[in-house]
Amino acid sequence: MGKTVFIKDTTIGGKDRTRDVYGILLGVLRERGLENNVQLVRVVDIGVYGQGVVVRVLPENFLYTHVEDADIVGIVEQSLIGGKPFAAKLVAEGARQLRIVLRNCGVIDPESIEEYIAKDGYQALAKVLSDTPEKTLQEMKTSGLRGRGGAGFPTGMKWEFTRKSPGAQKYIICNGDEGDPGAYMDRSVLEGDPHSVIEGMIIGGYAIGASKGYFYIRAEYPLAIERIEKALHQCREAGLLGKNIFGSSFSFDVEIRLGAGAFVCGEETALIASIEGKRGYPSPRPPFPSVKGLWGKPTCINNVETLANIPVILLKGGAWFAGIGTASSKGTKVFAVTGKVKNSGLVEVPMGTAIEDIVYGIGGGALAGKSVKAIQTGGPSGGVIPKEHFSTKVDYESLQQMGSIMGSGGMIVMDEDDCMPDIAKFYLGFCVDESCGKCAPCRIGGTQMLRLLTKVTEGEGTPKDLEQLEQISHAMQKASLCGLGQTAPNPVLSTLHYYRAEYDAHVKNKKCPACKCAKLVRFLIMSEKCVKCGMCFKACPVNAISGNRESGYLIDQTKCIRCGQCFEACKPRAISRS
Amino acid sequence: MVKAVINGLKVEVPEGTTILEAAKKVQTKIPTLCKHPDAYLHASAACGICIVRVKGTKKMLRACCTPLDEGMDIVTHDPEIVSIRRTVLELILSNHPNECLTCGRNNNCELQSAVADFGIREEFFKKIVPNIPKDDSTGNIVLEPRKCINCGRCVDVCQNVQDVWALTFLQRGINTRMAPAGDISLAESPCVRCGQCSAHCPTGAIVEKDDTQLAWKVLRDSEQYCVVQIAPAVRVALGEAFGFPLGKNVTKKMYAALRRMGFKAIFDTNFAADVTIMEEASEFVERFAHGKSVLPLITTCCPSWVDFMEKFHGDMIPHFSSAKSPHEMMGVLVKTYYAEKNKLDPAKLKVISVMPCTAKKFEISRSREMSASGYQDVDVVLTTRELARMIKQSGIDFASLPDEDCDHILGEYSGAGTIFGATGGVMEAALRTAYSFVTGKKLSKVEFENVRGLKGVKETSVNIDGKEVKIAIAHGLANVEYVLNEVRKAQKENRPLPYHFIEVMACPGGCVGGGGQPYGVTDELRVARAKGLYSDDEAQAVRCSHENPYVQQLYKEFLGKPLSEKAEKLLHTHYQKLPVYRR
Repeated sequence: MGKTVFIKDTTIGGKDRTRDVYGILLGVLRERGLENNVQLVRVVDIGVYGQGVVVRVLPENFLYTHVEDADIVGIVEQSLIGGKPFAAKLVAEGARQLRIVLRNCGVIDPESIEEYIAKDGYQALAKVLSDTPEKTLQEMKTSGLRGRGGAGFPTGMKWEFTRKSPGAQKYIICNGDEGDPGAYMDRSVLEGDPHSVIEGMIIGGYAIGASKGYFYIRAEYPLAIERIEKALHQCREAGLLGKNIFGSSFSFDVEIRLGAGAFVCGEETALIASIEGKRGYPSPRPPFPSVKGLWGKPTCINNVETLANIPVILLKGGAWFAGIGTASSKGTKVFAVTGKVKNSGLVEVPMGTAIEDIVYGIGGGALAGKSVKAIQTGGPSGGVIPKEHFSTKVDYESLQQMGSIMGSGGMIVMDEDDCMPDIAKFYLGFCVDESCGKCAPCRIGGTQMLRLLTKVTEGEGTPKDLEQLEQISHAMQKASLCGLGQTAPNPVLSTLHYYRAEYDAHVKNKKCPACKCAKLVRFLIMSEKCVKCGMCFKACPVNAISGNRESGYLIDQTKCIRCGQCFEACKPRAISRS
Repeated sequence: MVKAVINGLKVEVPEGTTILEAAKKVQTKIPTLCKHPDAYLHASAACGICIVRVKGTKKMLRACCTPLDEGMDIVTHDPEIVSIRRTVLELILSNHPNECLTCGRNNNCELQSAVADFGIREEFFKKIVPNIPKDDSTGNIVLEPRKCINCGRCVDVCQNVQDVWALTFLQRGINTRMAPAGDISLAESPCVRCGQCSAHCPTGAIVEKDDTQLAWKVLRDSEQYCVVQIAPAVRVALGEAFGFPLGKNVTKKMYAALRRMGFKAIFDTNFAADVTIMEEASEFVERFAHGKSVLPLITTCCPSWVDFMEKFHGDMIPHFSSAKSPHEMMGVLVKTYYAEKNKLDPAKLKVISVMPCTAKKFEISRSREMSASGYQDVDVVLTTRELARMIKQSGIDFASLPDEDCDHILGEYSGAGTIFGATGGVMEAALRTAYSFVTGKKLSKVEFENVRGLKGVKETSVNIDGKEVKIAIAHGLANVEYVLNEVRKAQKENRPLPYHFIEVMACPGGCVGGGGQPYGVTDELRVARAKGLYSDDEAQAVRCSHENPYVQQLYKEFLGKPLSEKAEKLLHTHYQKLPVYRR
């Protein structure tokens, strides 16, 4: 198999040497006559930051950081020719990870069904079809797999409910309407291993007695859609979809429906409405989709990551899967670690892994010179977890106890520069934008809360505003119709819980301790420290800094937009931020 | 049956009963702003005020849409629940303009009542009221989206009960608003002006166009000779506005009130309904017994239905009865026959119709044929709700009024005329007369019970002179498609016709449930109002339209016979296929 090499200079500031390293590597390959066997790719983002020149060798997925020109020959000889790691610069990125969902991502060609089959693909389906659906349900219940879309409902039970619902026609839907800010695991699986999701879906269809499946994928994921389309085509050609799959009496086919850009359509009942061609409004439950779902028929909706687990579970057995994770949460979870962290990217760890192992161990901690303050899990429906609680072992229950949720697995790392009322405002703003507008508590409550938070972050807040925030939060949690509204106040409540002092500072002292809130921060040039280099002058995007290298520089506070670029640009730290 | 506990009290209800309904059994009213008690409407679960608690848990459920399950233990009111309801209500109020005093629903608004009940005396949240202009493009239904609380009743009734799909929700989040689909004006939309949206709206976001001031102007003009007519269904609903029991027939008090308000003559649309039957039954007999033109014949008394058909079912035009609706017939008869007889100048004659209907406001100018007298046949249409307001403005103590009679010749009606107001009524009235026209005999029993009641589509048959007349009655426009498709299928497959005679009324229950009737319509109310009409029918000495001596006099003195040239000119109309969207 040919090899692929990704190259990216991740040095922050300074000259980008990606192209130079590319040239040297190409030269070394040419000398050895290997230039046609290795694909060199200068990537825009390699998922690692501030680590000098980074080189990733595929399919082995060897990751090298701080690569110097002198290392290149070693990498070529050891990894590209020898297929072994080049120990001097190797980063043990995957040591703490356990890849079940992502087992094939980046390893096989996602557009090749043969490569998937070579990795035991569709064997689970063959096995399942040779036995009764009840056996599959039993195996799923044994596995303890819980839905990875956020709510964590046991998948085996969901399937069983749908199977037991009366009705000749049933449906299974794959929910690929991923929308949490910073979460992209579903996209990566759909793009990187479409067949595993399809196989999971066919198995689900067999288990619940559905003859038809729908992929609901957001239209902003064109590559995912293209790859699923191709994979479905391949399946039909190979007889894996259509009539009498593997010669059994089971017939099943799948259609794709595109989401039109509404976050709320990830909610089951709104998703169904959307597939039916209606406005993406959630509807009250009961009736649950397992009883009355798409076109009024019993319907099971599973998340992409959930479905990608299924072939492995059924091949290796439910008991094997149940052996991974914690008492209540089995298997692994993919997290999209993003934000102010050195190594952002998708990580897949067993349930019960401590947050610190993910943030520091795999993520490499905060960016240079900063310290981690907290993480946000569960996207806009989740909450923040301060670094003091990073020993928490991640599973559905523990995160809930912390005032957050697992959600779809977004994990956004925040550092000392992040202001908590501002973070709460950001997430709430997302939910306010995405509120469908159907129910009053979410539609109006969210908007009122956002207005109050804006007041707070602009230094106009009063203690009464904080009371009202809590009052509305409570009403929204209890009286909203769907999960979006019920959980939208979570970021506000959890930041109020853990960082009350920051809110008080905004409200009582009119100060933003993180110096983030533009209306509450002031940048000043301290003339005694200033070396008159002019870097601040160049950095200012709005020409609020005037002066020259003789006279020194001055910030015009009426023009300043408090973006902080001068502060970051000033090497001698002559700009104060208060 | 399901056994459960609500507020510590045992309750037993049929399976599928919602908590909201079940709570009524234990004398508990759970507040809601989005769930209308009308069974035609679905629970949209939009307002969030009806939350209740599963006892001993933190779990809250929406009472409006959650069925009571076996063994459930529900608490409907506790301090936390009430406080959340109050917060949600305050939020809704923060999104609603404070224009109560000049609002069409002042004193009759569900939001206003809820806010009053919760004792909200101060607004805690900053006002966020959208600036959306009002839409009065139709001239009969007025949309004021700023006052909308997004309960979804209008959209539900427009899409699911009436199958018109004029209204929908646009945008999302705080910008979500009820509007004609595509953000066009209501007049450009498929709206058929049935007014069911206005009849179900909890606030003043959708109201009928108020023509009371126009009516007063016409009435007070000493140059004009202003007469009034009252539709069948008004008499059994108007009393609700004055504290009468549901369905109480207040015809004679209504006549008295109108006379005191200054109308020169009080006529009854029921008389014109009898004339309509003369024409329509003759038309049916022509088609059924003499094979002239096609069957089935479809009734056209309902202007919303006519509009709906012209927009969506243009292929059915040949089946439509060309007879005008009763109040249009009355209008033209007043300005021709009555004017001639009393030597009045038709130019100075003004006809005001009191109707249970918003579409009638549109009907009076729908085509040139609505001015068959040479003048617009009906000048102003008032809904039942507007008449109630005018009576109150006049300072008339309606409840204590003596009974009075209507004015001669265009007032006296048969029992057949009065039942027009209930679904199946036109059919029943037509059958009574058609039977006699075909057989020349008098019916021994005039009641056709099979055509009565609230079943969405009623299919039955009647034996006339050994021939089976197959009939269908649909009410609620969503029920029309089934009936028409049965006809189309039979035509396509060359099978015998499934029906010979079809009656359609746009509003559920017929005119008693019309879009211009007093608020709060439910099936219970529809039944009560219809019962009032059927009692009125039974109380009449004359039960069949053709036996009404004044109708006979009208034909003798003026029209000749049904379908005569004069009758065709004055009492009949044409239809044309219309585009669904006018843009």
